Amino acid sequence: MLQGPVIILCAFAYLGVLFAIAYYADQRADAGRPVIANAYVYSLSLAVYATAWTFYGSVGRAASDGVGFLPIYIGPTLMIALWWVVMRKILRISKQNRITSLADFIASRYGKSALLGGIVTVIAVVGILPYISLQLKAVSASYLILVQYPEIVMPQTLGETPMREDTALWVALLLAAFTIAFGTRHLDAAEHHQGMVAAIAFESLVKLIAFLAVGVFVTFFLYDGLGDLFGRAAAQPKLRAMMTPLEGVAGGYASWVWLTILSMMAIMFLPRQFQVAVIENLNEKHLSKAIWLFPLYMLAINLFVLPIAFGGLLRFPGGGVDGDTFVLTLPMAEKQEALALLVFIGGLSAATGMVIVETIALSTMVCNDLVMPVLLRMRSLRLNAQPDLTGLLLGIRRGAIVLILLLGYLYFKLAGEAYALVSIGLISFAAVAQFAPAVLGGIFWKGGTRMGALGGLVAGFAVWFYTLLLPALARSGWLPIGLLEQGPFGIALLKPLALFGLAGLDQITHAMIWSMLANIGAYVGFSLAASPGVDEHRQASLFVDVFRQAGEAGGARFWRGTASAPELYNLLARFLGVAAADDAFEDYAKAHGRRWPGDGLEADAELVHYVEVQLAGAIGSASARVMVASVAKEEALTSDELRELLDEASQVVVYSHRLEQKSHELEAATAELRAANEQLKELDRMKDDFVSTVSHELRTPLTSIRAFTQILLEHPNVDAGQRSKFLGIITKETERLTRLINQVLDLSKIESGKAEWQESRVDMRELIGDAVTGMSQVFEEQAIKVDVELPQKVPPVRADVDRIIQVMLNLLSNAAKFCEPGRGQIRVALQTQAGALRVEVRDNGPGIDPADQRVIFDKFRQAGDTLTGKPQGSGLGLHISRQIVEHFGGRMWVESELGHGACFAFTLPHE
Amino acid sequence: MDDKGKEQRFVALCMLGVVLFNFPVLALFNVGGSILGIPVLYAYIFAAWALVIALLCWLAER
Amino acid sequence: MSKKILVADDEPNIVTALEFLLERSGYQVRIARNGDEALKAIESDPPDLVLLDIMMPVKSGYEVCKRIRERPEWAGMKVVMLSAKGRDVEVNKGLDMGADLYVTKPFSTRDLVEKIATLLK
Repeated sequence: MLQGPVIILCAFAYLGVLFAIAYYADQRADAGRPVIANAYVYSLSLAVYATAWTFYGSVGRAASDGVGFLPIYIGPTLMIALWWVVMRKILRISKQNRITSLADFIASRYGKSALLGGIVTVIAVVGILPYISLQLKAVSASYLILVQYPEIVMPQTLGETPMREDTALWVALLLAAFTIAFGTRHLDAAEHHQGMVAAIAFESLVKLIAFLAVGVFVTFFLYDGLGDLFGRAAAQPKLRAMMTPLEGVAGGYASWVWLTILSMMAIMFLPRQFQVAVIENLNEKHLSKAIWLFPLYMLAINLFVLPIAFGGLLRFPGGGVDGDTFVLTLPMAEKQEALALLVFIGGLSAATGMVIVETIALSTMVCNDLVMPVLLRMRSLRLNAQPDLTGLLLGIRRGAIVLILLLGYLYFKLAGEAYALVSIGLISFAAVAQFAPAVLGGIFWKGGTRMGALGGLVAGFAVWFYTLLLPALARSGWLPIGLLEQGPFGIALLKPLALFGLAGLDQITHAMIWSMLANIGAYVGFSLAASPGVDEHRQASLFVDVFRQAGEAGGARFWRGTASAPELYNLLARFLGVAAADDAFEDYAKAHGRRWPGDGLEADAELVHYVEVQLAGAIGSASARVMVASVAKEEALTSDELRELLDEASQVVVYSHRLEQKSHELEAATAELRAANEQLKELDRMKDDFVSTVSHELRTPLTSIRAFTQILLEHPNVDAGQRSKFLGIITKETERLTRLINQVLDLSKIESGKAEWQESRVDMRELIGDAVTGMSQVFEEQAIKVDVELPQKVPPVRADVDRIIQVMLNLLSNAAKFCEPGRGQIRVALQTQAGALRVEVRDNGPGIDPADQRVIFDKFRQAGDTLTGKPQGSGLGLHISRQIVEHFGGRMWVESELGHGACFAFTLPHE
Repeated sequence: MDDKGKEQRFVALCMLGVVLFNFPVLALFNVGGSILGIPVLYAYIFAAWALVIALLCWLAER
Repeated sequence: MSKKILVADDEPNIVTALEFLLERSGYQVRIARNGDEALKAIESDPPDLVLLDIMMPVKSGYEVCKRIRERPEWAGMKVVMLSAKGRDVEVNKGLDMGADLYVTKPFSTRDLVEKIATLLK
C-alpha cells in the first residue's frame, strides 16, 4: 500500500483539507464572523512552534542524549510565565502602532528606521534558512523512507541520487505554491491571515494526535507499558547510562542552560511565533488561556519522546537507523502501515505549518521592510504616480516566498547533511535570539537608541554567522576545513568554534555566549554613547509607556504640515485599494461625527496619523511614514528645533524653580527678621520699662527732697514743728534714694555678672543669729516678738556671708514692715533637709494675695500696692534676694494666705 | 488580583521554574532507580513540568 | 473766694509738700491718694484745679484726666499732670488727654506755684 503515488496522494489530500479550512476561515473573517476568534484556536496556533524538528528530531536527540532534548520546550514554558509582563506589553504596543511584523516592530521602536527594518529582515531570512531547510529535509527524508517500505533504508545510504535531491526541491516548490495560495490572496491592513491561523490550529491537532498515537503504540503495544519499556532499557548498560544522563548532555551544564535561554528567546522572536502570537492575535484576553494551554501542549507532545527513543534503540540496536526516524520507522518495522502513514502526514503537517507561517511572515517583512522602502525612495520609478500599488505589493510578497523557499532548499543542498535535525534548528534559534536585546530593551528601556539596536544586531549577527554558519558550510565542504581547525589565516584565537580560546563548549553555547556578548555590549554601548533623535524619543515613549498612554492620539503630537483629506484618501486607496480606503475613511468620519464622502474632513494631525497607521498595515510603518510625509508636505520638527523648544521649556522650568526657591528664602529671611525684631522690641521695651521705672523710683524721693528743701529755703517762717518734720522727710527720702541707688547698682552688678561674690563656708546658725541681732532695734521699736528656731548643728553652706545677711535682713525688714503693728510676731526657722538648708521667715501680717504672690519677686513690685497705700521700700529687695539665693544654687518662694500672714522661705545647698 | 501583583507572581513562577529545571535541583534526581517504572529523573522532570503548568493555569485564569 | 485745688498722688511726702505749698499760696487743698478717690472727690466737690500724679494705683492720672474731660460741666476745670515720667511721648499723651499743664518731677516749687496761679487767673 505504501507506495509513492499513494503517499503523494495522501499528502495532497491533507494539504487540500488544510486549504479548505483556511478558505472557510477567510470567508468567515470577511463576513465579520471570525471563526478563529477564540482562545483555544489561538493557543493551538502557537503550537506551530513544534515543527518537524519536534516531530522527528526530538526523538533523535533523546536517543543520543537522554533528556537533552527537553530544554527547548522547558524554555518556552518558563518564558510564557513572563508573557504576562512581556507579551501583554508587546501586544498592546503592536495593536496601537499597527505593527505588521517583527521587523516593523523593531524599526518602529527605533524611530521608524527603514534601515533597521531592512537589517532585521535580512537577519531573519538568513537565520531562518537553516530551519526551513530542516523542514524540507524532514519531509523529503520521511517520504523517502516511507516509500522504501517494507524495507527500512536510511536516505543517506541512497547516495547522491537526483531523486533524493529532487524530492526536496519538489517539496520546496510545492510548499511555495501552497503558501502563496494561502497567504497572498489579498492584502490586509492589519496583516491578519485568519485562514492561515485556522489551518495552523488544525494541523497542530493533527501532529499531536499522530505523535501520541505512535507513543501509545510503542509504549503499550510494542511493550507492556512504561515500566516494561524502561525496565528493558535499563537492562542494557548503555541505555541505562542514559537514564541518569545529565553527565551525558553534550556540553554539560552550560549547554543545558544556554539551550533553555535560547528557546526562551525563540518562542518570542521566531518570525512565525511573532506572527501568530502578536500579529494574528485578535484579543488580548486570549493570552490568559494560551499561557497554560500552550505549555500543556508541549508537555503532551513530549510525553512519549523518551519511550519512543528507547523503543527505537531497543528495536534497532547497532545505530543503523537514525534516531530522527524512529517515529516513522518503528511503526514501519512493525508493519503498521496506517500508523506509518499517519506519522508521515503528521510530520508533513508539522513541516508545512512551519513553512507556511514562517515564509508568510518573512515575505511580509521582505516586502514591507526591505523592498518597499528601497522602491519608494527610488524616484525614478515614480511610484507616487501609480494609482494602484496593491498588485505590486502582492507580487513582491509572492516573489519573496518563492525565493525564500528556494534559498532554503539551497541551504539544504549545501549544508543540510552535516548535522542532525536538532542542531540545524538550533542555528536558527541562535540567529533570532539576536533580536532579543533590541526588542526587550526597546520595550523596557527608553534609552535604547537606533544606533544601539543597529550596532547590537550587526555585531550579534556577525558573530552568529562566524561561529555557526561558517562552520556548517565548512563541515559540508564548501569552505576549507582548515578554517575550523586552525582558524582564519592560521590565527588560532579566531577559530570559529573556539573564539579567543573559549573551548570545551558545544557549538551552540559557544556561539550564544559570544554573540550575546557582542550584541548586548554594542546595544548598550551605542545607546549610551549618543542621545536619541526626535523620532526615536517619541517612539520610545510610545513603546515603553504604552500602558500609560491614552490611545493612539499620542503619535499625533509632533506634527506640523499641510494636507488635504482627498489627498490622504488617494494615498490610502493606492495601497489598500479603494474599498479598504473607503472603509477606513468612513470609520474615521463616523468617529468624528461627520460623513465621508461629503463633509470636508479636516486634514489635521489626527487624520494624518490615522491614515499613516492604516497604511502601515500594508507597507510597514517606515514606508508609511515616508508616503504620508510626502503627501502632507510635512514640516517635521527638526532635531534642532525640538531641542530648542525643549531647552526653552526646561529653562523656563528651571527659572521658575529658582524664583520659587528665592521667594521661599525671602519668606524665611523675612520671618527671621520679624522674629528678631520682635525680640529686640521686647528687650527694648523691657529696658525701657526698667529704665523708666528706675528713673521714676529715683525721681520720686528726689521730688520730695527738692520740694521740701525749696520750701524750707523760700519760707523761712515755717514753724519749728513743721520745719523738723520737713527736715526729717528730707533725711528719710535721702536715705531712701541712697538705698534705691545702691540696690539698683547692686542689681545691675548681679545681673550683668559683674558682682563680686566672696565664697566661704557659712554657718547659717551664726548668720541668722547675727541678722536677727542686727534688726533688734527695729523689732524693739515696733514691739515685734521674734522667735528663732535653730537646730543644734547644721552643715555649712558655701556662700557669700554678706550677701546672705543681706537676704536675711531683707526678709526680716519686710516681715517687720508688714507685721500687725503692736502685735507683731515673726518666726525664723532653720532646718536641715536633703542636700540643703531651709530658712523660713514668717510674719503675722495681712498676708499676700495670690495675684501678688506671683509677681512679688519681680523688679519694682511690692505687695500691698493696692491695699495699704505705698509702703516703704523700692520693690527691688525681694528680687535681689532671690537673685542672690539662686546664685548659690538655692530657691526662694513665698507661702501665704490672705489674713494669715506670709512665710518667705529659701533653701541653700549645704556641703 | 491587581496587575502588579499578578505580574510579580508570574515572574516568581518563572524563577521557580528556573530553579526546578536547573542543575542544582536536577542533579538531585539524577539517580538510578525508577518510580512506577519510570526512571527517577524523567519522572521528576515531567512532574515538575506539570506542576508549573498547573500553576500557570491557576494564575492566568484567576 | 479762694480757689479749690485737689491734689492726687500716692506718695505721702509729695502730698505733704504740695499741701503745704498750696495752702501757703492761699488755696483750699484737698487730698486724694489714688485715682478713684480723686474722681469721687471731684464729683462731690468739683475743684478749680486738679494736680494729678500719673502713677497712681487703681486709676492712673491719665484715666482721671480723661474722665474729667468727658464731662462738659467740668470743662473749666484745670488739670495739671505731675509725673516722674518726662519723656516727650508721655508729655504729649498727657496734653492730648486734655491736661492744661504737664509738670515733671522733681519740680521747682516756685515754678509750680506760679504756673498754677496763672492757670487760675
